[in-house]
Amino acid sequence: MTLPRQVSRAETGDRVFVVGGKLLWLLLLGIAVLMPLLAIFWRGFSSEAGQGGGLVAARELVTSANFHWLLGNSLKVSLSVAAIVVPLAYLFAYALQRTLIPGKAIWRGMSLLPLMAPSMLPGIALVYLFGNQGMLRGLLSENIYGFWGIVLGEVIYTFPHALMILLSALSLADARLFDAASSMGASPARAFRSITWPATRQAVFAAFCLVFTLTITDFGVPVVVGGDYQVLALEAYKAVVGQQQFGRGALIGMVLLLPALFSFGVDAWLRRRHGDSMSGRAQVFQPVPSALRDACYLTIVLLICAVLLLVFGMAVYSSLVKFWPYNLSLSLNHYQFEDTAGGGWLAYRNSLTLALCTALIGSVLIFTGAYLMEKTKGQKGLNLALRMLSFVPMAVPGLVLGLGYVFFFNLNGNPLHVFYGTMTLLVVCTIAHYLTTAQMTATTALRQLDAEFEAAALSLKAPLYRHYLKVTVPICLPALLDIVRYLFVSAMTTVSAAIFLYSPDTILAAVAVLNMDDAGNVGGAAAMSTLILFTSAGVSLLLAWASRGALRRSQAWRQTAPGQ
Amino acid sequence: MFKPLALVAAVLTAFSVNAFAAKTELTVYTALEAEQLKTYKKAFEQANPDVEIKWVRDSTGIITAKLLAEKDRPQADAVWGLAASSLAILDQQGMLDNYAPKDLDKIGKNYRDAANPPAWVGMDVWAATICFNTVEAEKQGLTKPVSWQDLTKPEYKGKIVMPNPASSGTGFLDVSAWLQTFGDKQGWQYMDDLHQNIGQYVHSGSKPCKLAASGEFPIGISFEYPAVQLKRQGAPLDIILPKEGLGWDIEATAVIKGTAHKDAAQKLADFSASPAAMELYKDNFAVLAQPGIAKPQTELPADYEQRLIKNDFAWASKNRDSILTEWRKRYDGKSEKVAGQ
Amino acid sequence: MNTALTQPGAPMKVRGIQKRFGAFTALDNVSLDVAAGELVCLLGPSGCGKTTLLRCIAGLERQDSGELYLGDRDVSLLPPQARDYGILFQSYALFPNLTVEANIGYGLTGSGRDEVRQRVGQMLELVGLVGSEKKYPGQLSGGQQQRVALARALAPAPSLLLLDEPMSALDARVREHLCTELRQLQRCLGITTLMVTHNQDEAMLMADRIAVMNNGKVEQYATPQEIYDRPATPFVAEFVGQGNWLPFSRNSASHAQVGGMNMRLADDAGMAKSGRLFCRPEAISVNPPVHEENLFPAKVREITFLGNRCRMSFELEQLPGHPLLAELAPEAMPRLGAQHIWVALPPRSLQVFA
Repeated sequence: MTLPRQVSRAETGDRVFVVGGKLLWLLLLGIAVLMPLLAIFWRGFSSEAGQGGGLVAARELVTSANFHWLLGNSLKVSLSVAAIVVPLAYLFAYALQRTLIPGKAIWRGMSLLPLMAPSMLPGIALVYLFGNQGMLRGLLSENIYGFWGIVLGEVIYTFPHALMILLSALSLADARLFDAASSMGASPARAFRSITWPATRQAVFAAFCLVFTLTITDFGVPVVVGGDYQVLALEAYKAVVGQQQFGRGALIGMVLLLPALFSFGVDAWLRRRHGDSMSGRAQVFQPVPSALRDACYLTIVLLICAVLLLVFGMAVYSSLVKFWPYNLSLSLNHYQFEDTAGGGWLAYRNSLTLALCTALIGSVLIFTGAYLMEKTKGQKGLNLALRMLSFVPMAVPGLVLGLGYVFFFNLNGNPLHVFYGTMTLLVVCTIAHYLTTAQMTATTALRQLDAEFEAAALSLKAPLYRHYLKVTVPICLPALLDIVRYLFVSAMTTVSAAIFLYSPDTILAAVAVLNMDDAGNVGGAAAMSTLILFTSAGVSLLLAWASRGALRRSQAWRQTAPGQ
Repeated sequence: MFKPLALVAAVLTAFSVNAFAAKTELTVYTALEAEQLKTYKKAFEQANPDVEIKWVRDSTGIITAKLLAEKDRPQADAVWGLAASSLAILDQQGMLDNYAPKDLDKIGKNYRDAANPPAWVGMDVWAATICFNTVEAEKQGLTKPVSWQDLTKPEYKGKIVMPNPASSGTGFLDVSAWLQTFGDKQGWQYMDDLHQNIGQYVHSGSKPCKLAASGEFPIGISFEYPAVQLKRQGAPLDIILPKEGLGWDIEATAVIKGTAHKDAAQKLADFSASPAAMELYKDNFAVLAQPGIAKPQTELPADYEQRLIKNDFAWASKNRDSILTEWRKRYDGKSEKVAGQ
Repeated sequence: MNTALTQPGAPMKVRGIQKRFGAFTALDNVSLDVAAGELVCLLGPSGCGKTTLLRCIAGLERQDSGELYLGDRDVSLLPPQARDYGILFQSYALFPNLTVEANIGYGLTGSGRDEVRQRVGQMLELVGLVGSEKKYPGQLSGGQQQRVALARALAPAPSLLLLDEPMSALDARVREHLCTELRQLQRCLGITTLMVTHNQDEAMLMADRIAVMNNGKVEQYATPQEIYDRPATPFVAEFVGQGNWLPFSRNSASHAQVGGMNMRLADDAGMAKSGRLFCRPEAISVNPPVHEENLFPAKVREITFLGNRCRMSFELEQLPGHPLLAELAPEAMPRLGAQHIWVALPPRSLQVFA
């Protein structure tokens, strides 16, 4: 019997799609993740003159009083921020998931505001609120510059990150457990202790670690409101950008990698030990009405939202004020970026390009990569390598990744050096930086699909890539749009890695914010931050609208789809 | 293993770099104020339509560090507007291409490198200035300082901002001037005392004046350009020229050795030293490298030029490293008032 | 029925398939012949390897060693696309975003648009779903979804049909009906079919032959009747239907000692010197005519009414503490309260296992 020709063609096509796709992914991950990380260690331990690296320099650094001071500051700030943010975010998440307060969608949307702007924005707003000429200066005895300025700024910046983890942890609740508890006469407090807390404490730990890591590696807030209270992340930035001491930067980068690696390891260990406690048959939890409880939680939520609104409103307002604090008339003068330092409109246009490229290229690459890893059987070793490599970025702070890129791509003799300072490299770096979260979204969506879809397609002699485009992508469209949104907003606001990689042609809006603030043009910095904020929020709303439209159009088959 | 990569890289670069531009693209490093760049670039490109300037701008210290770090593989073709003390260091490292611009004979002999042809040629002079916010002074009951020594008075505790000399050229010329006028020991003693009153050290030389203008900190140690500009914009500022004398430096131009665009870079050096360029500088600075063009600025006293101290650039650039190391050791990241928190 | 609906089924041969997952042996040297047009069931408990065997045949798992033949082609190493079979999954794996029409036409690439439409119409007619072309799978009942999935599997006219627990997602009511329907359809089309199930009723109802599997091995491969009446191994005896086990030792070629009883065996009962005797509950008769062989006194423990028949639990007086089961017509049941009875275990019903 002879085979139909289309079969062999489909077969070749699939091999190219599957094996080629995986190899391409491996190559990209190698270049974009592995090599830059290795470069950090290589730079940190090579004792080239004037670079501040090497073992001797490392010992000197670690034993110096200055380093201890910086490390102490970083730890104090990060622990304080985590200790403040996690309980607040827990209360907020609890209010949204386990009570019947009104207006949940509004509060939820408001709580995400800090994700839409670079981390400098809360700092700038704090200066206008509590600086020496701040609107609410009278409320504080000392000015905002220093420890409390950094802590407040970071609390606002990291709040939504912690909130998202806790929201998803609190969204999973088995109503049957609560029914059982109340039938045994347990008080709500007891039910919380014995059901809710054990089910969410791991998420609390994860949120704590995330906030800690984000804070210890962020320099956007310290650079604006830190004053002379310096932290390690700022020191790494100054060492590389200010003094061109790459080795010293690499050493501090390695130090900053430790807490992230540690929390990542502990989190993975906890996850393995506890496993998944939710059974597939869990009943959806419906909170019972309680006026007193809802009133309490509504107060908390309103207070937190009021603070966020105050901070972000202040940033927007300050960008419109002509000459703070002596001429409070409103104007768009600060939006005339062409006449000021920092890159002007070019920076904004570049950021749009970066965000668009990152979102479009990144989502296609990441979703396809996740598909190949999840849904194809062969190449076990390759799959394992891909899976491990794609988890690395989660444990690597953007600051450290950016340093790695400088070291690897600026290497003498590296043919990839031609990308140094180009938009291409910025796109690659941004995709790599935000890879893991996006991939986890993709993987979760893919795992909800019937495991036999691919087998069915193969038995029907349909090429896999056709099946991917015709069936998988349409079904997962909402998740895909979510990835696009996440990557766009992240690319729009990121400064941690990009600060090391831009050139005058590829300067970014978030970097311009930093530069303008550095030059004392705080109004311009506020204006650019506001622009980023509105762009991110606008695109997010647009994508949410598109996603809802897509869902509505596909309602016919989505409502009762089998196997989902 | 890098061969196929190189091929891919080459193909991709074709897209990321605009290789088809007919104009010479000249990468110019600068520490000039951003507001000035547009005018200068436009004037130069009008005079030299075949050359296009690509700016890389940052604070003096950072541009200097960047140039030094790129010593083996220079990215810059020329430098337009960097402290002479920094250019002297680059010259010592053999990184500058000595060149005599067309109008070199018109340049004052104090405002160019002594070698012939010179490694760098001056544009203008910028000098230390105290920006003093009169509105805040009245509100907080501060007396107006008239000398550097006044700034160490306890009444100014936490009210003063100055640029970090490691990153800012203005910061460095302040420190270098204090060490030269007060002497080494008294100079450091003075800075120890001043440190007690500093509210913040900042990254750039213009930021202290901007902070003073907005009243965030009433006193900013800065230089005259932002002070004059901000005053013209209506900021409640007094421009104070301390009576001990002003530290100063020359903004200068140089050609980087080994540049692929030597012609264009030399055109830039020619333009920078030309009377046409001086006409541009004159709007921003009161002292220019070509004598006789400058016009007095109403915000500054007529005897402004006489108030500049006698500045030993050779000494300053030779000792720059050790001064900065000492400064960092004393004041960077060891502020007592924050250590207590 | 239209002969163009399928190609004639091809015979399939499985030769010495070996498959391990780490330390676990999923398939241990499995061989199986399926004749053209035959319906064979792979029956066994979960983990016995039946699904793995199906997936190996489908090319979804790669066997460690052994060969697979479809018709006269060696398909052992071919990818799934090149093997020429249709498969119906437990979940049906219908693509939810495609209409019934598009699902059925999914495998019909390379044909013209009209051809595809015609073929889809043919298949819908075959499974009795004409008129549902534009519906989405989510709008159909479970039984209808199964038929769409079947139509999709058959549309490209494969020479082998694989069914992976096709009935398990359906409720018991429609299950039997669909089993019969599927069986009729298969007969009609004459397509070689291999079906995996853990449900012996389904297997009995549908299969030409059943391969009972356990621990990665085929324990017995025979017709349903043979499997039930002459189980080849204790596992098959136990897994298929119900049974009684009696410990014995051999007295002679024709007799076995069971407790205090001497039981006569049939000539072909088996050779083992000692072990267990196996006896189906419905083979046992209660209070039979006195001339019956192997007649022993017993004590009734419990009687359960099952509708069309009754189940009685009892103990042989000479084998106390060893409850046995008998299934009888209700009218053959001992009268209520009669605790002591006589039971006969006919020699032909006793099978010897070592």
